[in-house]
Amino acid sequence: MNNSITARFKLDYDEFQLSTELTLPNSGVTVLFGHSGSGKTTLLRCIAGLQYPQQSYLEINGTIWQDSDTGVFLPTHKRPLGYVFQDANLFSHLTVRDNLNFGLKRLKASLLSSKIESFHCPTLIHLLGIEHLLDRLPERLSGGEKQRVAIARALVLNPEILLMDEPLASLDAKRKQEILPFLSQLNQQLKIPVIYVTHSHQEVAQLADYLVIMEAGKVQASGVLSETLSRLDLPLSQDREATTVWNATVLDHEPAFHLTRVAFAGGTLSLPAIEAKIGTPLRVQIYARDVSIVLESPRATSILNVLPAIITESAEGDNGQSIVRLTVGQQPLLAHITRKSALLLKVSNGKAVFVQIKGMSILN
Amino acid sequence: MLTSADFATLLLTFKVASLATVLMLLFGTPLAWWLARTQSKWRGIINTFVALPLVLPPTVLGFYLLVLLGKNGLIGELTTWLGMGTLPFTFAGLVVASVLYSLPFVVQPLQTAFLSIGQQPLEAAATLRASPIDTFFSVVLPLSKSGFLTATILGFAHTVGEFGVVLMVGGNIPDKTRVVSVQIYNHVEALEYTQAHWLAGGLLGFSFTVLFILYSVLNTTPHVK
Repeated sequence: MNNSITARFKLDYDEFQLSTELTLPNSGVTVLFGHSGSGKTTLLRCIAGLQYPQQSYLEINGTIWQDSDTGVFLPTHKRPLGYVFQDANLFSHLTVRDNLNFGLKRLKASLLSSKIESFHCPTLIHLLGIEHLLDRLPERLSGGEKQRVAIARALVLNPEILLMDEPLASLDAKRKQEILPFLSQLNQQLKIPVIYVTHSHQEVAQLADYLVIMEAGKVQASGVLSETLSRLDLPLSQDREATTVWNATVLDHEPAFHLTRVAFAGGTLSLPAIEAKIGTPLRVQIYARDVSIVLESPRATSILNVLPAIITESAEGDNGQSIVRLTVGQQPLLAHITRKSALLLKVSNGKAVFVQIKGMSILN
Repeated sequence: MLTSADFATLLLTFKVASLATVLMLLFGTPLAWWLARTQSKWRGIINTFVALPLVLPPTVLGFYLLVLLGKNGLIGELTTWLGMGTLPFTFAGLVVASVLYSLPFVVQPLQTAFLSIGQQPLEAAATLRASPIDTFFSVVLPLSKSGFLTATILGFAHTVGEFGVVLMVGGNIPDKTRVVSVQIYNHVEALEYTQAHWLAGGLLGFSFTVLFILYSVLNTTPHVK
Protein backbone atom coordinates (compact mmCIF):
# COMPACT_ATOMS: atom_id res chain seq x y z
CA MET A 1 0.00 0.00 0.00
CA ASN A 2 1.21 3.42 -0.95
CA ASN A 3 1.20 5.51 2.21
CA SER A 4 1.10 8.98 0.84
CA ILE A 5 -1.09 11.53 -0.83
CA THR A 6 -0.79 12.21 -4.53
CA ALA A 7 -2.67 15.23 -5.82
CA ARG A 8 -2.61 16.42 -9.42
CA PHE A 9 -5.10 19.04 -10.53
CA LYS A 10 -5.52 21.21 -13.59
CA LEU A 11 -8.30 23.71 -13.37
CA ASP A 12 -8.88 26.55 -15.78
CA TYR A 13 -11.12 29.51 -15.00
CA ASP A 14 -10.95 32.58 -17.17
CA GLU A 15 -8.81 34.63 -14.79
CA PHE A 16 -7.24 31.87 -12.78
CA GLN A 17 -5.46 28.63 -13.53
CA LEU A 18 -4.57 26.01 -10.99
CA SER A 19 -1.96 23.49 -11.99
CA THR A 20 -0.48 21.40 -9.22
CA GLU A 21 1.40 18.19 -8.90
CA LEU A 22 2.11 17.15 -5.34
CA THR A 23 3.08 14.19 -3.25
CA LEU A 24 2.42 14.80 0.41
CA PRO A 25 3.22 12.78 3.53
CA ASN A 26 0.30 10.93 5.06
CA SER A 27 1.02 12.08 8.58
CA GLY A 28 1.64 15.36 10.35
CA VAL A 29 0.52 18.80 9.28
CA THR A 30 1.04 19.96 5.72
CA VAL A 31 0.58 23.70 5.41
CA LEU A 32 -0.44 25.21 2.08
CA PHE A 33 1.03 28.68 2.30
CA GLY A 34 0.63 31.60 -0.06
CA HIS A 35 -0.89 35.01 -0.70
CA SER A 36 -4.61 35.33 -1.31
CA GLY A 37 -5.29 34.31 -4.88
CA SER A 38 -2.38 31.88 -4.97
CA GLY A 39 -4.80 28.95 -5.26
CA LYS A 40 -4.25 27.33 -1.89
CA THR A 41 -7.94 27.26 -0.97
CA THR A 42 -8.87 26.06 -4.45
CA LEU A 43 -6.38 23.22 -4.09
CA LEU A 44 -7.91 22.27 -0.75
CA ARG A 45 -11.41 22.37 -2.25
CA CYS A 46 -10.23 20.13 -5.08
CA ILE A 47 -9.02 17.58 -2.54
CA ALA A 48 -12.42 17.74 -0.85
CA GLY A 49 -14.25 17.26 -4.15
CA LEU A 50 -15.95 20.64 -3.87
CA GLN A 51 -14.36 21.84 -7.09
CA TYR A 52 -14.46 20.15 -10.47
CA PRO A 53 -11.09 20.45 -12.22
CA GLN A 54 -10.81 19.53 -15.88
CA GLN A 55 -7.95 17.16 -15.14
CA SER A 56 -7.39 15.48 -11.84
CA TYR A 57 -5.79 12.59 -10.06
CA LEU A 58 -6.10 12.17 -6.31
CA GLU A 59 -4.90 9.18 -4.39
CA ILE A 60 -4.96 8.95 -0.61
CA ASN A 61 -3.30 6.03 1.16
CA GLY A 62 -3.62 3.84 -1.90
CA THR A 63 -7.27 4.66 -2.61
CA ILE A 64 -8.06 6.66 -5.72
CA TRP A 65 -10.60 9.37 -4.91
CA GLN A 66 -10.68 10.80 -8.38
CA ASP A 67 -9.05 10.24 -11.74
CA SER A 68 -10.22 12.18 -14.77
CA ASP A 69 -8.59 9.65 -17.11
CA THR A 70 -10.78 6.80 -15.91
CA GLY A 71 -13.75 8.94 -14.93
CA VAL A 72 -13.53 8.08 -11.24
CA PHE A 73 -14.95 10.79 -9.00
CA LEU A 74 -15.88 10.10 -5.42
CA PRO A 75 -18.47 12.73 -4.44
CA THR A 76 -17.62 14.80 -1.38
CA HIS A 77 -20.13 13.07 0.89
CA LYS A 78 -18.48 9.72 0.21
CA ARG A 79 -14.94 10.91 0.98
CA PRO A 80 -13.73 9.97 4.48
CA LEU A 81 -12.50 13.49 5.24
CA GLY A 82 -13.04 16.24 7.75
CA TYR A 83 -13.28 19.83 6.51
CA VAL A 84 -13.04 22.98 8.61
CA PHE A 85 -14.21 26.08 6.77
CA GLN A 86 -12.78 29.55 7.15
CA ASP A 87 -15.83 30.91 8.96
CA ALA A 88 -16.88 27.72 10.81
CA ASN A 89 -19.98 27.30 8.65
CA LEU A 90 -22.07 25.71 11.38
CA PHE A 91 -25.71 24.90 10.66
CA SER A 92 -27.59 27.86 12.14
CA HIS A 93 -30.76 25.84 12.70
CA LEU A 94 -29.05 23.21 14.86
CA THR A 95 -27.61 23.35 18.36
CA VAL A 96 -23.93 22.65 18.89
CA ARG A 97 -24.82 19.10 19.93
CA ASP A 98 -26.86 18.52 16.77
CA ASN A 99 -24.12 20.06 14.66
CA LEU A 100 -21.72 17.52 16.14
CA ASN A 101 -24.18 14.69 15.61
CA PHE A 102 -25.03 15.64 12.03
CA GLY A 103 -22.19 13.76 10.42
CA LEU A 104 -22.01 11.09 13.11
CA LYS A 105 -25.59 9.94 12.49
CA ARG A 106 -24.96 9.60 8.78
CA LEU A 107 -21.66 7.87 9.26
CA LYS A 108 -23.18 5.33 11.61
CA ALA A 109 -25.96 4.69 9.12
CA SER A 110 -23.46 3.99 6.35
CA LEU A 111 -20.99 1.85 8.28
CA LEU A 112 -21.16 -1.51 9.93
CA SER A 113 -21.10 -0.94 13.67
CA SER A 114 -17.64 -2.46 14.12
CA LYS A 115 -15.77 0.65 13.05
CA ILE A 116 -17.60 2.99 15.37
CA GLU A 117 -15.85 1.78 18.53
CA SER A 118 -13.00 4.16 17.94
CA PHE A 119 -15.04 7.37 18.08
CA HIS A 120 -13.99 9.58 20.89
CA CYS A 121 -16.63 12.27 21.00
CA PRO A 122 -16.39 13.06 24.75
CA THR A 123 -12.59 13.29 24.58
CA LEU A 124 -12.79 15.70 21.68
CA ILE A 125 -15.44 17.83 23.34
CA HIS A 126 -13.22 18.02 26.39
CA LEU A 127 -10.05 18.68 24.41
CA LEU A 128 -11.68 21.56 22.58
CA GLY A 129 -13.34 22.89 25.71
CA ILE A 130 -16.88 23.04 24.37
CA GLU A 131 -18.77 21.01 27.00
CA HIS A 132 -20.67 24.04 28.23
CA LEU A 133 -21.78 25.05 24.73
CA LEU A 134 -23.57 21.88 23.64
CA ASP A 135 -27.13 23.17 23.97
CA ARG A 136 -26.49 26.55 22.39
CA LEU A 137 -27.37 27.67 18.88
CA PRO A 138 -24.40 28.87 16.78
CA GLU A 139 -25.63 32.48 16.82
CA ARG A 140 -24.90 32.56 20.56
CA LEU A 141 -21.24 31.51 20.17
CA SER A 142 -18.19 33.71 19.81
CA GLY A 143 -16.04 33.37 16.69
CA GLY A 144 -13.48 31.29 18.54
CA GLU A 145 -16.11 29.01 20.03
CA LYS A 146 -17.71 28.49 16.63
CA GLN A 147 -14.39 27.48 15.15
CA ARG A 148 -13.73 25.02 17.97
CA VAL A 149 -17.13 23.43 17.41
CA ALA A 150 -16.41 23.26 13.69
CA ILE A 151 -13.13 21.46 14.38
CA ALA A 152 -14.85 19.00 16.71
CA ARG A 153 -17.63 18.47 14.17
CA ALA A 154 -15.10 17.49 11.52
CA LEU A 155 -13.05 15.29 13.83
CA VAL A 156 -15.83 13.22 15.42
CA LEU A 157 -16.17 11.49 12.07
CA ASN A 158 -12.73 9.96 12.57
CA PRO A 159 -11.71 11.07 9.09
CA GLU A 160 -8.75 9.69 7.20
CA ILE A 161 -7.60 13.22 6.46
CA LEU A 162 -8.41 16.62 7.94
CA LEU A 163 -8.65 19.64 5.65
CA MET A 164 -8.58 23.10 7.25
CA ASP A 165 -9.15 26.29 5.28
CA GLU A 166 -7.68 29.25 7.20
CA PRO A 167 -9.57 28.27 10.34
CA LEU A 168 -8.14 31.26 12.23
CA ALA A 169 -8.28 33.93 9.54
CA SER A 170 -11.63 35.39 10.57
CA LEU A 171 -10.62 35.68 14.24
CA ASP A 172 -8.93 38.56 16.01
CA ALA A 173 -5.47 38.15 17.52
CA LYS A 174 -6.83 37.27 20.94
CA ARG A 175 -9.11 34.53 19.64
CA LYS A 176 -6.26 33.19 17.53
CA GLN A 177 -4.18 32.75 20.62
CA GLU A 178 -7.16 30.99 22.17
CA ILE A 179 -7.31 28.39 19.41
CA LEU A 180 -3.70 27.94 18.32
CA PRO A 181 -2.75 25.94 21.44
CA PHE A 182 -5.74 23.66 20.81
CA LEU A 183 -4.57 23.09 17.28
CA SER A 184 -1.00 22.23 18.14
CA GLN A 185 -2.14 19.98 20.96
CA LEU A 186 -4.62 18.35 18.63
CA ASN A 187 -2.08 17.74 15.93
CA GLN A 188 0.18 15.93 18.34
CA GLN A 189 -2.64 13.57 19.26
CA LEU A 190 -4.06 13.05 15.78
CA LYS A 191 -2.78 10.18 13.79
CA ILE A 192 -4.18 11.43 10.52
CA PRO A 193 -2.67 13.82 8.00
CA VAL A 194 -3.84 17.43 8.23
CA ILE A 195 -3.76 19.80 5.28
CA TYR A 196 -3.93 23.34 6.55
CA VAL A 197 -4.31 26.48 4.45
CA THR A 198 -2.97 29.77 5.77
CA HIS A 199 -1.18 32.96 4.82
CA SER A 200 0.16 33.54 8.32
CA HIS A 201 3.88 33.09 9.05
CA GLN A 202 3.02 32.49 12.67
CA GLU A 203 0.73 29.54 11.93
CA VAL A 204 3.31 28.05 9.59
CA ALA A 205 5.98 28.16 12.29
CA GLN A 206 3.68 26.83 14.95
CA LEU A 207 1.84 24.08 13.11
CA ALA A 208 3.59 22.93 9.94
CA ASP A 209 5.61 19.77 9.63
CA TYR A 210 5.61 19.93 5.87
CA LEU A 211 5.32 23.13 3.89
CA VAL A 212 3.89 23.75 0.42
CA ILE A 213 4.33 27.26 -0.95
CA MET A 214 1.77 28.28 -3.55
CA GLU A 215 2.14 31.10 -6.04
CA ALA A 216 -0.23 32.02 -8.89
CA GLY A 217 -1.93 28.64 -8.96
CA LYS A 218 1.31 26.68 -8.95
CA VAL A 219 3.41 24.95 -6.34
CA GLN A 220 6.50 27.06 -5.88
CA ALA A 221 8.17 24.74 -3.40
CA SER A 222 7.32 21.89 -1.10
CA GLY A 223 9.24 19.98 1.52
CA VAL A 224 9.91 19.40 5.19
CA LEU A 225 9.34 22.62 7.15
CA SER A 226 12.90 23.36 8.32
CA GLU A 227 14.33 22.58 4.87
CA THR A 228 11.78 24.66 2.99
CA LEU A 229 12.04 27.62 5.36
CA SER A 230 15.80 27.72 4.84
CA ARG A 231 15.83 27.46 1.05
CA LEU A 232 17.65 30.50 -0.27
CA ASP A 233 15.93 30.36 -3.67
CA LEU A 234 12.57 31.20 -2.06
CA PRO A 235 11.43 34.72 -1.17
CA LEU A 236 10.58 33.47 2.32
CA SER A 237 14.27 33.34 3.26
CA GLN A 238 14.73 37.02 2.33
CA ASP A 239 11.74 38.19 4.32
CA ARG A 240 12.43 40.22 7.48
CA GLU A 241 10.41 37.54 9.24
CA ALA A 242 12.61 34.76 7.85
CA THR A 243 12.95 32.03 10.44
CA THR A 244 13.93 28.46 11.01
CA VAL A 245 12.02 26.12 13.26
CA TRP A 246 13.66 23.30 15.17
CA ASN A 247 12.05 20.41 16.94
CA ALA A 248 13.48 19.92 20.41
CA THR A 249 12.75 18.24 23.72
CA VAL A 250 13.12 19.53 27.25
CA LEU A 251 16.41 18.27 28.71
CA ASP A 252 16.54 19.79 32.18
CA HIS A 253 15.88 22.92 34.20
CA GLU A 254 18.36 25.27 35.86
CA PRO A 255 16.18 26.96 38.46
CA ALA A 256 19.10 28.94 39.89
CA PHE A 257 19.46 30.78 36.58
CA HIS A 258 15.82 30.65 35.67
CA LEU A 259 16.70 28.67 32.55
CA THR A 260 15.53 25.54 30.75
CA ARG A 261 17.80 23.50 28.53
CA VAL A 262 16.42 21.74 25.46
CA ALA A 263 18.02 19.18 23.17
CA PHE A 264 17.77 19.22 19.38
CA ALA A 265 19.32 17.00 16.72
CA GLY A 266 22.90 18.20 17.10
CA GLY A 267 23.16 20.07 20.39
CA THR A 268 21.48 21.86 23.25
CA LEU A 269 20.03 25.32 23.75
CA SER A 270 19.36 27.36 26.86
CA LEU A 271 16.05 29.14 27.04
CA PRO A 272 14.27 31.29 29.60
CA ALA A 273 12.64 28.87 32.05
CA ILE A 274 9.41 27.26 30.93
CA GLU A 275 7.10 25.02 32.87
CA ALA A 276 7.32 21.69 31.12
CA LYS A 277 8.22 18.18 32.11
CA ILE A 278 11.55 16.75 31.02
CA GLY A 279 11.12 15.07 27.65
CA THR A 280 8.29 17.37 26.51
CA PRO A 281 8.56 18.00 22.76
CA LEU A 282 8.49 21.61 21.63
CA ARG A 283 9.32 23.84 18.71
CA VAL A 284 11.95 26.51 18.84
CA GLN A 285 11.69 29.34 16.36
CA ILE A 286 14.85 31.28 15.51
CA TYR A 287 14.65 34.45 13.45
CA ALA A 288 17.43 34.87 10.90
CA ARG A 289 17.99 38.43 12.14
CA ASP A 290 18.78 37.07 15.64
CA VAL A 291 21.64 34.91 14.40
CA SER A 292 25.19 36.23 14.14
CA ILE A 293 28.30 34.46 12.88
CA VAL A 294 31.76 34.37 14.47
CA LEU A 295 34.86 32.60 13.20
CA GLU A 296 36.08 31.35 16.56
CA SER A 297 34.22 30.33 19.64
CA PRO A 298 34.22 33.46 21.76
CA ARG A 299 35.94 32.92 25.10
CA ALA A 300 33.54 35.19 26.88
CA THR A 301 30.18 36.43 25.66
CA SER A 302 26.86 37.34 27.23
CA ILE A 303 25.13 35.26 24.63
CA LEU A 304 24.40 31.81 26.04
CA ASN A 305 23.72 29.97 22.86
CA VAL A 306 26.87 29.66 20.83
CA LEU A 307 26.96 26.62 18.58
CA PRO A 308 29.39 25.22 16.02
CA ALA A 309 28.00 25.39 12.50
CA ILE A 310 28.96 24.87 8.89
CA ILE A 311 28.09 27.31 6.14
CA THR A 312 26.30 25.49 3.33
CA GLU A 313 25.08 28.29 1.10
CA SER A 314 24.83 32.04 0.87
CA ALA A 315 22.99 34.57 -1.25
CA GLU A 316 22.77 38.32 -1.71
CA GLY A 317 19.65 39.90 -0.29
CA ASP A 318 18.19 43.36 -0.66
CA ASN A 319 19.66 46.49 0.97
CA GLY A 320 23.20 45.26 1.47
CA GLN A 321 22.14 42.14 3.23
CA SER A 322 23.59 38.65 2.96
CA ILE A 323 21.57 35.54 3.68
CA VAL A 324 23.61 32.63 4.96
CA ARG A 325 22.37 29.10 5.32
CA LEU A 326 24.19 26.93 7.85
CA THR A 327 23.76 23.55 9.44
CA VAL A 328 24.01 23.09 13.18
CA GLY A 329 24.27 19.39 13.89
CA GLN A 330 21.63 18.20 11.47
CA GLN A 331 19.46 21.30 11.65
CA PRO A 332 19.43 23.98 8.99
CA LEU A 333 19.68 27.57 10.21
CA LEU A 334 19.35 30.93 8.47
CA ALA A 335 21.36 34.03 9.35
CA HIS A 336 20.83 37.54 8.02
CA ILE A 337 24.08 39.49 8.21
CA THR A 338 25.36 42.59 6.44
CA ARG A 339 27.23 42.18 3.19
CA LYS A 340 30.25 43.85 4.74
CA SER A 341 30.29 41.26 7.55
CA ALA A 342 30.01 38.49 4.98
CA LEU A 343 33.08 39.82 3.20
CA LEU A 344 35.06 40.28 6.42
CA LEU A 345 34.16 36.75 7.54
CA LYS A 346 35.05 35.42 4.09
CA VAL A 347 31.78 33.47 4.00
CA SER A 348 32.15 30.44 1.77
CA ASN A 349 30.45 27.10 1.47
CA GLY A 350 31.81 24.39 3.77
CA LYS A 351 33.45 26.84 6.14
CA ALA A 352 33.28 25.91 9.85
CA VAL A 353 32.10 28.79 12.03
CA PHE A 354 30.18 29.48 15.23
CA VAL A 355 26.72 30.95 15.44
CA GLN A 356 25.47 33.12 18.29
CA ILE A 357 21.74 33.03 18.79
CA LYS A 358 20.56 36.20 20.48
CA GLY A 359 16.98 35.17 21.01
CA MET A 360 14.43 32.57 20.13
CA SER A 361 10.80 31.83 20.85
CA ILE A 362 9.14 28.66 21.97
CA LEU A 363 6.06 27.61 20.10
CA ASN A 364 3.58 25.46 22.02
CA MET B 1 -77.16 35.93 5.70
CA LEU B 2 -75.36 33.28 3.69
CA THR B 3 -77.37 30.67 1.87
CA SER B 4 -76.40 27.03 1.49
CA ALA B 5 -75.37 27.84 -2.07
CA ASP B 6 -72.95 30.42 -0.67
CA PHE B 7 -71.52 27.88 1.74
CA ALA B 8 -71.07 25.43 -1.13
CA THR B 9 -68.99 27.99 -3.01
CA LEU B 10 -66.90 28.62 0.11
CA LEU B 11 -66.25 24.91 0.53
CA LEU B 12 -65.39 24.50 -3.13
CA THR B 13 -63.04 27.50 -3.00
CA PHE B 14 -61.30 26.02 0.00
CA LYS B 15 -60.95 22.64 -1.78
CA VAL B 16 -59.56 24.15 -4.97
CA ALA B 17 -57.13 26.40 -3.10
CA SER B 18 -55.88 23.62 -0.81
CA LEU B 19 -55.36 21.13 -3.59
CA ALA B 20 -53.74 23.73 -5.84
CA THR B 21 -51.40 24.81 -3.02
CA VAL B 22 -50.30 21.24 -2.35
CA LEU B 23 -49.65 20.70 -6.06
CA MET B 24 -47.80 24.01 -6.38
CA LEU B 25 -45.55 23.14 -3.46
CA LEU B 26 -44.93 19.70 -4.93
CA PHE B 27 -43.98 20.95 -8.39
CA GLY B 28 -42.83 24.42 -7.38
CA THR B 29 -40.19 23.25 -4.90
CA PRO B 30 -38.00 21.31 -7.35
CA LEU B 31 -38.64 23.99 -9.98
CA ALA B 32 -37.58 26.79 -7.60
CA TRP B 33 -34.54 24.74 -6.50
CA TRP B 34 -33.52 24.25 -10.11
CA LEU B 35 -34.06 27.93 -10.94
CA ALA B 36 -32.06 29.01 -7.90
CA ARG B 37 -29.07 26.84 -8.71
CA THR B 38 -28.85 26.22 -12.43
CA GLN B 39 -26.40 27.86 -14.79
CA SER B 40 -28.45 26.60 -17.72
CA LYS B 41 -29.34 28.91 -20.57
CA TRP B 42 -32.96 27.74 -20.16
CA ARG B 43 -33.20 29.48 -16.82
CA GLY B 44 -34.28 32.81 -18.26
CA ILE B 45 -37.05 31.42 -20.44
CA ILE B 46 -38.43 29.12 -17.70
CA ASN B 47 -38.38 31.99 -15.22
CA THR B 48 -40.30 34.11 -17.71
CA PHE B 49 -42.98 31.47 -18.20
CA VAL B 50 -43.40 31.01 -14.46
CA ALA B 51 -43.72 34.77 -13.94
CA LEU B 52 -46.07 35.47 -16.89
CA PRO B 53 -49.31 35.13 -14.87
CA LEU B 54 -48.12 38.06 -12.75
CA VAL B 55 -48.49 40.45 -15.67
CA LEU B 56 -50.97 38.76 -18.05
CA PRO B 57 -54.64 39.63 -17.73
CA PRO B 58 -56.24 36.50 -16.21
CA THR B 59 -58.61 36.32 -19.14
CA VAL B 60 -55.70 35.94 -21.54
CA LEU B 61 -54.29 33.05 -19.55
CA GLY B 62 -57.79 31.60 -19.21
CA PHE B 63 -58.41 31.91 -22.92
CA TYR B 64 -55.25 30.06 -23.91
CA LEU B 65 -55.87 27.39 -21.30
CA LEU B 66 -59.37 26.93 -22.66
CA VAL B 67 -57.99 26.49 -26.14
CA LEU B 68 -55.18 24.16 -25.04
CA LEU B 69 -57.29 22.05 -22.72
CA GLY B 70 -60.34 22.00 -25.02
CA LYS B 71 -61.38 19.16 -27.32
CA ASN B 72 -59.22 20.33 -30.21
CA GLY B 73 -56.34 21.59 -28.07
CA LEU B 74 -53.03 19.82 -27.75
CA ILE B 75 -53.56 18.87 -24.13
CA GLY B 76 -57.27 18.26 -24.69
CA GLU B 77 -56.52 15.63 -27.31
CA LEU B 78 -54.07 14.01 -24.94
CA THR B 79 -56.53 13.89 -22.02
CA THR B 80 -59.24 12.59 -24.32
CA TRP B 81 -56.92 9.91 -25.65
CA LEU B 82 -56.11 8.96 -22.05
CA GLY B 83 -59.83 8.55 -21.44
CA MET B 84 -60.03 11.49 -19.03
CA GLY B 85 -62.27 13.60 -21.22
CA THR B 86 -61.52 17.30 -21.44
CA LEU B 87 -60.66 19.47 -18.48
CA PRO B 88 -62.51 22.78 -19.07
CA PHE B 89 -65.58 23.27 -16.91
CA THR B 90 -64.53 20.54 -14.48
CA PHE B 91 -63.10 20.65 -10.97
CA ALA B 92 -59.81 19.19 -12.23
CA GLY B 93 -59.59 21.85 -14.92
CA LEU B 94 -60.13 24.50 -12.27
CA VAL B 95 -57.28 23.11 -10.19
CA VAL B 96 -54.90 22.93 -13.17
CA ALA B 97 -55.70 26.52 -14.12
CA SER B 98 -55.24 27.66 -10.52
CA VAL B 99 -51.86 25.98 -10.27
CA LEU B 100 -50.58 27.74 -13.39
CA TYR B 101 -52.08 31.04 -12.35
CA SER B 102 -50.70 31.10 -8.78
CA LEU B 103 -47.40 29.30 -9.38
CA PRO B 104 -45.22 32.45 -9.34
CA PHE B 105 -46.51 33.22 -5.85
CA VAL B 106 -45.07 29.92 -4.68
CA VAL B 107 -41.96 29.63 -6.85
CA GLN B 108 -40.59 33.12 -6.30
CA PRO B 109 -40.53 33.12 -2.47
CA LEU B 110 -39.00 29.65 -2.55
CA GLN B 111 -36.40 30.70 -5.09
CA THR B 112 -35.47 33.70 -2.94
CA ALA B 113 -35.25 31.50 0.16
CA PHE B 114 -33.03 28.97 -1.61
CA LEU B 115 -30.76 31.69 -2.99
CA SER B 116 -30.33 33.26 0.42
CA ILE B 117 -29.11 29.98 1.92
CA GLY B 118 -26.12 30.08 -0.39
CA GLN B 119 -23.58 27.44 -1.21
CA GLN B 120 -21.88 27.17 2.17
CA PRO B 121 -24.29 25.06 4.26
CA LEU B 122 -24.60 22.67 1.32
CA GLU B 123 -20.84 22.22 1.19
CA ALA B 124 -20.68 21.75 4.95
CA ALA B 125 -23.34 19.05 4.72
CA ALA B 126 -21.45 17.31 1.91
CA THR B 127 -18.28 17.18 4.01
CA LEU B 128 -20.39 15.66 6.80
CA ARG B 129 -21.46 12.69 4.70
CA ALA B 130 -24.88 13.98 3.64
CA SER B 131 -25.94 13.13 0.09
CA PRO B 132 -27.52 15.94 -1.98
CA ILE B 133 -31.07 14.67 -1.33
CA ASP B 134 -30.37 14.21 2.36
CA THR B 135 -28.95 17.75 2.42
CA PHE B 136 -32.07 19.13 0.82
CA PHE B 137 -34.33 17.67 3.52
CA SER B 138 -32.06 18.13 6.53
CA VAL B 139 -30.48 21.51 5.74
CA VAL B 140 -32.25 23.35 2.93
CA LEU B 141 -35.84 22.76 4.11
CA PRO B 142 -35.30 23.85 7.72
CA LEU B 143 -33.27 26.87 6.63
CA SER B 144 -36.00 28.00 4.21
CA LYS B 145 -38.91 27.47 6.59
CA SER B 146 -40.10 31.06 6.37
CA GLY B 147 -39.87 30.93 2.58
CA PHE B 148 -42.13 27.88 2.55
CA LEU B 149 -44.60 29.55 4.92
CA THR B 150 -44.71 32.63 2.70
CA ALA B 151 -45.10 30.51 -0.42
CA THR B 152 -47.92 28.45 1.09
CA ILE B 153 -49.87 31.42 2.38
CA LEU B 154 -49.46 33.52 -0.78
CA GLY B 155 -50.23 30.58 -3.08
CA PHE B 156 -53.37 29.71 -1.13
CA ALA B 157 -54.59 33.27 -0.76
CA HIS B 158 -53.97 34.13 -4.38
CA THR B 159 -55.89 31.07 -5.54
CA VAL B 160 -58.82 32.02 -3.31
CA GLY B 161 -58.88 35.43 -4.90
CA GLU B 162 -58.78 34.45 -8.57
CA PHE B 163 -61.71 35.30 -10.84
CA GLY B 164 -60.90 35.74 -14.51
CA VAL B 165 -59.12 32.45 -15.08
CA VAL B 166 -61.81 30.59 -13.12
CA LEU B 167 -64.57 32.06 -15.18
CA MET B 168 -62.85 31.24 -18.48
CA VAL B 169 -61.74 27.71 -17.65
CA GLY B 170 -64.19 26.64 -14.96
CA GLY B 171 -67.28 28.52 -15.83
CA ASN B 172 -70.04 28.98 -13.31
CA ILE B 173 -71.36 25.50 -12.48
CA PRO B 174 -72.77 25.16 -8.94
CA ASP B 175 -70.88 22.68 -6.73
CA LYS B 176 -68.43 21.93 -9.52
CA THR B 177 -66.66 25.10 -10.49
CA ARG B 178 -68.48 27.97 -8.83
CA VAL B 179 -66.07 29.53 -6.34
CA VAL B 180 -66.57 32.49 -4.00
CA SER B 181 -65.34 35.20 -6.33
CA VAL B 182 -67.73 34.02 -9.05
CA GLN B 183 -70.57 33.79 -6.53
CA ILE B 184 -70.00 37.42 -5.54
CA TYR B 185 -70.27 38.34 -9.21
CA ASN B 186 -73.52 36.36 -9.45
CA HIS B 187 -74.96 38.14 -6.42
CA VAL B 188 -74.10 41.54 -7.78
CA GLU B 189 -75.60 40.68 -11.16
CA ALA B 190 -78.79 39.66 -9.34
CA LEU B 191 -78.65 42.83 -7.23
CA GLU B 192 -78.30 40.73 -4.02
CA TYR B 193 -76.04 43.27 -2.37
CA THR B 194 -76.43 41.96 1.18
CA GLN B 195 -75.08 38.55 0.29
CA ALA B 196 -72.39 40.09 -1.90
CA HIS B 197 -71.39 42.15 1.14
CA TRP B 198 -71.09 39.11 3.37
CA LEU B 199 -68.90 37.19 0.94
CA ALA B 200 -66.83 40.17 -0.15
CA GLY B 201 -66.32 41.24 3.45
CA GLY B 202 -65.26 37.71 4.32
CA LEU B 203 -62.66 37.64 1.54
CA LEU B 204 -61.41 41.08 2.52
CA GLY B 205 -60.99 39.95 6.12
CA PHE B 206 -59.26 36.76 5.00
CA SER B 207 -56.80 38.57 2.73
CA PHE B 208 -56.08 41.22 5.32
CA THR B 209 -55.39 38.61 7.99
CA VAL B 210 -53.10 36.61 5.73
CA LEU B 211 -51.01 39.61 4.71
CA PHE B 212 -50.96 40.93 8.25
CA ILE B 213 -49.52 37.62 9.45
CA LEU B 214 -46.93 37.70 6.69
CA TYR B 215 -45.80 41.27 7.23
CA SER B 216 -45.85 41.52 10.99
CA VAL B 217 -45.98 38.19 12.77
CA LEU B 218 -43.54 36.35 10.51
CA ASN B 219 -41.60 39.53 10.01
CA THR B 220 -40.87 38.68 6.39
CA THR B 221 -41.50 40.54 3.21
CA PRO B 222 -43.32 38.54 0.58
CA HIS B 223 -40.90 38.40 -2.31
CA VAL B 224 -42.94 38.67 -5.43
CA LYS B 225 -41.50 40.89 -8.07
